[in-house]
This record gives sequence, C-alpha cells and structure tokens, in this order.
Amino acid sequence: MPAPGHGLSSCRHAAEVTILYLKLIHYSFRRHATYVGAGLAGAFTNSVFGVLRAYILIALWQARPGLGGYDVTAAVTFCFLTQAMIGPMQLFGGGLTLPERIRSGDIALDLVRPASLQLWCLAEDLGRAAFLLLVRSLPPTLLGAALFGITAPADVPTLAVAFLLGLLVSFAWRYLVALSVCWLADDRGVATASMLLMTFFSGLMLPLNIFPGWFGELARALPFAAMVQVPSDVYLGTADPLPAFAFQATWALVLLALGVLATRAIRHKVVIQGG
Amino acid sequence: MVRTYLLLAWTWTRAAAAYPLSFALMCVMSAVVAGLDVVVILIIFANTTSLAGFSREEVLFLYGAATLAFTVADTFCGNLDRISQHIKAGTLDTMLIRPAGPWIQVATDRFMPARLGRIVQAVAVLAYALTALDLPWQRLWMLPVMIATGLVIFAALWTLGGAAQFVLVDAPEVTNAFTYGSGQLSQYPFSVYGRDLVRGVTYVLPLAFVNWQPGLYVLGRADPFGTPEFMRFLGPVAALLLALLAAAAWRRGLRHYRSTGS
Repeated sequence: MPAPGHGLSSCRHAAEVTILYLKLIHYSFRRHATYVGAGLAGAFTNSVFGVLRAYILIALWQARPGLGGYDVTAAVTFCFLTQAMIGPMQLFGGGLTLPERIRSGDIALDLVRPASLQLWCLAEDLGRAAFLLLVRSLPPTLLGAALFGITAPADVPTLAVAFLLGLLVSFAWRYLVALSVCWLADDRGVATASMLLMTFFSGLMLPLNIFPGWFGELARALPFAAMVQVPSDVYLGTADPLPAFAFQATWALVLLALGVLATRAIRHKVVIQGG
Repeated sequence: MVRTYLLLAWTWTRAAAAYPLSFALMCVMSAVVAGLDVVVILIIFANTTSLAGFSREEVLFLYGAATLAFTVADTFCGNLDRISQHIKAGTLDTMLIRPAGPWIQVATDRFMPARLGRIVQAVAVLAYALTALDLPWQRLWMLPVMIATGLVIFAALWTLGGAAQFVLVDAPEVTNAFTYGSGQLSQYPFSVYGRDLVRGVTYVLPLAFVNWQPGLYVLGRADPFGTPEFMRFLGPVAALLLALLAAAAWRRGLRHYRSTGS
C-alpha cells in the first residue's frame, strides 16, 4: 500500500486498481460468453413474452389513446424495452455468485483480498450485463421493431447514461439481497420478495405511469423505477434527462452506501462463522 | 402409477413441512407472486372499462379458469422442465433403473407443495368472477370440463417441453416460452391478440381450448373472430390429441437418450 499523500505512487496505484477492475469486467464478460446458447434461449423467451404483452398494451391504448403520455407506438416500444432489460438488469434476481460463496465459505477468501468486495462484485456484474446486453437485449428489441415497428432512441448518449445508472441501482440492490444470506439461514424468502419488487415496481409488467393514485406515486419513487421505467422514458424522450439522472444517482448512492455498511458488518460476521 | 406419484409427492411435502414457518411463508409468497398478474389486470381496468370488448369481470373469469388449470399442471408436472439438469448431472440414469416410471420421477423430483398458494389464489379469483358475473346455471357444466381440458393441455405442454430438452440440453429456457408463455397467453381474452396468432394457437397449438372457446360458451358471447359454434365443445378432443402427441414425443426422447457416461 502506498503511503498517503505520496502523489506519484498513489497515482500509479489508482491506475493499477482501474486496470484490475477493467480486467475483472473483461473476464466476467468472457465467462458469461461461454453460455451463448442459454443467453439466446432467454432472448427467445423474452421476445415471446414481449409479443404477448405488446398485444395487451395495444388493446389498452386503443381503448385509451394517449394514456400516461404514450401513444400506441411508444407503449409497444416500452413493452419490448422492458423485455430487453430483463437480462442486463437481472430483474428476476441473482446474477451474483456471492450467495453461493457465502454458503460454501469461499467468502472468507474474498474478504482477505486487498480489493473491495463490493467493487469486485460490481466489476463482475458489469461484465455480465455487457454480455447480456448483446445477447438478450438486442434480439427482443429487433423483433419488436420488425413485428410492430418501434421508435428509435431519442438520444443515444443520454440513454447510455440512464442505462448505466440503472445498472448501478440494480447491482446495489442485488448486492444487499445477496449479503442478507449471511444473516438468514434460508434466503429463498428474501430472493422471492426481491423478485416480486423488481419485476413489479420496475415497470416490467406495466408502465408505472398508468398506476393509479398514491400507488403510482409510490411505485415511481422506489429504486426499482430507476432500473426499467426511467431508462425507458429516457429512451422514448418522455422524461427530462437531468431529473431522471438525479433520481437514479440518488438511489444508486443510497443503496451502494448501505452496501458498504453491510460489507463492513459481514467482516465481523464471517469471523464468527469461520472455522 | 397414481400411488407412486402421490407417495413421491408426499415425501417431498413432508420434507418441506419439516420447516413449518418457511413452508407457510413460501405458500404465501407464491400466492402473492401469482397475485401480481391479477393486480396487472386491475390496473389495466383502473384505466379503462373494457379491454378488446371484455369487461373486468369477464377477463377475471377467463384469467381464473386458465390460471387454475395452469397452476395445477405446474404444481404436478412443472418440474418436467428440469430434465435437462438431470441429463447433465447424470441423475436421469439413476431414475431409469428404478422400478418407477421416469416421467413420474422427474415430475415429482423436488415437488413444491408451496405452489398450493397459487392454486388457492386462482380459485379465489375464479369464485369472485363467477359471483360477480351471475352466469346462467345451464351453461356452468362447461366449467369443470374446461378446467380439466386446460389441465391436460398444460400437462401435455410440459411433457412436450421435457421431451424437447433431450435435444435442447444446453438451452432449456426455450421451452419456458411455450409453457409459461402459454400460461401468460391464456390469461387474457384472445380478442386482444392478432388474427394470425389466434389462428396459430387454435389450430396448431390448441391453447384456444384452455379457456377461450369454452369460456365464450359460458359467457354466452359470440367469437369476435367468427369461428363456428361447435368449436366451443372441441376442447376435450384437442386435449386428447395433444396428450397423445406429448406421450409419443416423451417416449421417443427417452428411447433416443444416450447417457453421457461417467
């Protein structure tokens, strides 16, 4: 470790750390790329569900044109975008190897590494998301475009930012869920509850802007909205980018900070269980 | 055969009941997860009074009937879609030398009694829709027929999905599109879907006979796609044909199965 305040060597240290995490992203991408078949199978399923849900939304928007500030095309686009985000945002939960490592005790090894556990997991998760973006997000979007005709993104750079911020929120949430295994003997209950929240309150099942009354207000304020609803609105150009980014960044910071606290807490916990 | 099935399912139920609190929580959780689909329908009807010509209660009736058949089939044969894991792990070999049918063994392996929560949820929705609609009793005889038909159709789909995994060992998720996709498709009146899609799921994959065709009869509605009246009663025939096809595919898959060896 370089001495604090030593300008040059701390600069070199920062560069080394950056390279380490970039390498982790790359390795994780390659590890997931072994399972192209499984990824494409998932994309096929997402596409089928996209088509079925698109018909329901079309029927609804034919009854109520302009509902929630969308026209029919925007609603169909939204539908395929949500299906495209299931993979990278890992909306059904999981995606992290952490729970298995906690159960097997390998976590002890991770904790003695001279690198932050949270950043390590984040790097691996970004690699996973990058791969799934290619394999599971493009096919449903292209199919939606071919079958129903969807709109093009309003602005690609702002979409990229919203997507990355959404990924951060998704990771930070799943990291907390994964660490809960340390305190609970059986994590299935938490995993199911998390899946419920992520699939329903992210906007996957219906756009959050048609949720009625206080229920809608609540749904749009929760962190799950940052994963699907907000990036989709930025894609469609129906949300102002800056307030959208601020909403996503706030939740990312809050959840990541909680993750830091939880990581600190498991350091003590692991010593107790170890042996 | 039924006794073997029940014995194996009971074994897994006892195992799950060893942790009563966890078991109760899982029951409630599975009902809540399934309930989200109802919440989606309610939110849609908070924004409109009619979806593709059907009222909220009519959609809930179609949803309840299809979901009851789907969840019962999922509880009792949903685990068939895990056969690719058995093939990869080599546990299918063990099943083949046991004195019980491999279909029963795969279907009951890790039988999840907590899925009971979803069946209760489906029954509740169906009961609500029936009381709210106040349908003439002369047509209600169709209700048990359509649920049994749907059950056979979904069970056959899972069997077909399992059989397909002898070929698709590396991409078992493809079959989800057909099993869970069919469950999703039959939750809504078919009048929301495109004409070609409805033709496909009537004449190729007979999903229209789960709840749409018989449901139209119970609701006393004409088919917006204009199919003749006798189609409402063809469900059991379609289910039987699909079941025979599924049985043949399953046998073929098993016969052509080559163990990976050790």
